[in-house]
Amino acid sequence: MALIKQSSPHTRGQTDTTKIMQTVILATIPGILTLTYFFGIGTFINLILASAFCLIIEASVLKVRRRPVGFFLKDYSALVTAVLLGVALPPYCPWWIIFIGSLFAIGIAKQLYGGLGYNPFNPAMVGYVVLLISFPVEMTRWPAPTSILTDSQSLPGLTDALSLVFGFASPVLLDGYTGATPLDAFKQNTGLMADNLYASQAIFREAHFAGAGWEWVNVAFLLGGLFLLYRKVFTWHAPIAMLASLGFCALIFYDGGSNTSGASPLLHWFSGATMLGAFFIITDPVSSAVSNKGRLIYGGCIGIIIYVIRQWGNYPDAVAFAVLLMNFAAPFIDYYTLPRTYGHTQSRRATDKIDTSQRR
Amino acid sequence: MSDVNYADITKNGLWKNNPALVQLLGLCPLLAVSGSVVNALGLGLATILVLVGSNIAVSMIRNAVTDAIRLPAFVMIIASFTTCTELLMKAFTYELYQILGIFIALIVTNCAILGRADAFASKNKILPSAIDGLMMGVGFALVLLAVGAVREALGSGTLFANMHLLLGEMGKGMTITLIDDYSGFLVAILPPGAFLVTGFLIALKNVIDQYREEKAKANAQPVEKVSRRVRTTGTIQ
Repeated sequence: MALIKQSSPHTRGQTDTTKIMQTVILATIPGILTLTYFFGIGTFINLILASAFCLIIEASVLKVRRRPVGFFLKDYSALVTAVLLGVALPPYCPWWIIFIGSLFAIGIAKQLYGGLGYNPFNPAMVGYVVLLISFPVEMTRWPAPTSILTDSQSLPGLTDALSLVFGFASPVLLDGYTGATPLDAFKQNTGLMADNLYASQAIFREAHFAGAGWEWVNVAFLLGGLFLLYRKVFTWHAPIAMLASLGFCALIFYDGGSNTSGASPLLHWFSGATMLGAFFIITDPVSSAVSNKGRLIYGGCIGIIIYVIRQWGNYPDAVAFAVLLMNFAAPFIDYYTLPRTYGHTQSRRATDKIDTSQRR
Repeated sequence: MSDVNYADITKNGLWKNNPALVQLLGLCPLLAVSGSVVNALGLGLATILVLVGSNIAVSMIRNAVTDAIRLPAFVMIIASFTTCTELLMKAFTYELYQILGIFIALIVTNCAILGRADAFASKNKILPSAIDGLMMGVGFALVLLAVGAVREALGSGTLFANMHLLLGEMGKGMTITLIDDYSGFLVAILPPGAFLVTGFLIALKNVIDQYREEKAKANAQPVEKVSRRVRTTGTIQ
C-alpha cells in the first residue's frame, strides 16, 4: 500500500468486515436457540461440524492459492457461511452431508471464484442446493418439532444424535420422529379442504398462526433480522420487497381455504426458510444487487420465484433456488439501476456511451 | 506442405491443442453424454470415425472445391459420415444408439470436426489429414472418457457399467462397483456435474503444463551472470 501518511486525526469507520460478520452471527443466535428448542441438539452439531469444515477448507484453499490465511480467516465470513449452512441443513444429517456442503460452499462457490467479495453466488446457498439435488433423501429428513411429538416419541439425546450423525445408528431410527414440514404437508395435500387439513395434521393443529415450531423459528430469525436492520448492517429494501411480493402472491392465490387454495400469506411468511432467507441470505452484500432500487427489484423477484416454486414446483421450499436464480440476475439489475451521482440531475443509463471528452 | 511432422500432429491432437480441453470445441456432446463410461466411449468412437472419414474426404477434394463454397461442401461430407455412423450404430449397438439418441446426429454440428476439416484437412495431403483426424478424435474421446469415468464413479459409484451395450457379451462382467450401497452423488450425473468435472480437467491440464514449463525453464538455462547494480534492498540473484 502506498498511502500517504497523514498526521491529522482521522475518524475511522465503525464497521469493517469482521465487525459486520460478527454482528450477523450474533443475530442468528435467537434463531439457533429456537431451532434447538424445537428440533433438539442436532442443530448445534450441524453448526459445529459446518464451522470446522468451512474453516479448514477455507484455510487450505487459501494456502493453495497463496493468500494470507490468517487475514482471511479472521474476517469471519467463512464462519457466517458455516452458520447459514448449518441452520439450513436438517438436524441429525450425516457428517459427510455437511462436509460436501461446506466443500461446495467454500471451496467452489467462494474460493474458486476468487474469494470473499468475488463470489457471484451466495456460498451457503450453493452448498445447500448441491446437497438438495444430490441427496434428496437425507436432505428432506427433517425431525418433527417437539411440540407435536407424541408421548412415546422424543428427540434424540446427545449420544443418539452423535451416532446418527457419524453413521453408527441406522437413519431408520430417525424415522420415528421425522415429519413433513408445514410447507411439505400443505403441498402433499390433494383433496382436503384447508380446515380439514389443519385439523388432520398435528403440525397445523398445534400451531398458533402458521406451522408448529416453524412459526417460532421464523419469528426468531425475524427478530435477528430486525436487530441487524437496527444496527444498519443492511438496508430494508431487499427483505421488505421479498416479504411483500411473497405475501402479495400468496394473497392472490389464497381463496380462503378450498382444496386447491394456495397457502395463506402467514403460512408462507412463517414457514420454511422465509425469514432466514429474507434477512440473512438475500442481504448478502456480495451476491445481491447494489443500489436501493436494485435491491427492491432483486428482493421482489426473489419473493415471486419463491412463491412460484413453492406453489407449482417440485420442491416444498424454494428460498435457495430463488436466491441463486436472482444472484444470476443481480449484475443485470445493477446495470439498469444506476443511482444518480452527486452533481447530476439524472442518473446515467448503463446503455449510454460515456463521453470522456465532455466531462462536466 | 511437404514437411509434415507426424509427432507434432499427434502431440497437438492428444495434448497441446486438444479439441476438448484447449480448443473447447464440441462441448455440447462432451457435456451432455459423458454421464457414464459406456456413453462416453460410444460417442468417442463415433466421433473418431466421423473425424477420420471427413478429414480424408475433405483432403481428397481440397483442390477441387473453391473457397467460396468450401463450408457447405465440408458440412455435406461430415453429414454423410455422421449418417453412416448413425446407421452403423443402429445396426450393431441399437440400445446404445437409443441412449445417445440425438447426440449421434448432432456430431454434424460438432465444431471440432468442421474446425479440423477447415484448418487442417483442406490444406494437407490425405495421410497427414487422416492422422490428424485420428489424433484429434482420440484426444477428444480420451477427455470424454475421463469425464465419463469421473462422473460415473461419483454419480453412481460404478465404473464400466453396462459395457455390454457396446461390447456385447464380453462387456457383461466388466462392471466395477467402487462402493457398495452407494446412494449416488446426483449432481455429478446432472448437467452441472459435467461442467464442474470438465472445468477441473482443464484446470488440471493447465497446472501440468505450468509445472512442466517451469521445470523446462529451470533446466534449460543456467543462471546468467548479471551485472552488479547498486541495490539497497534485497539480494541479487
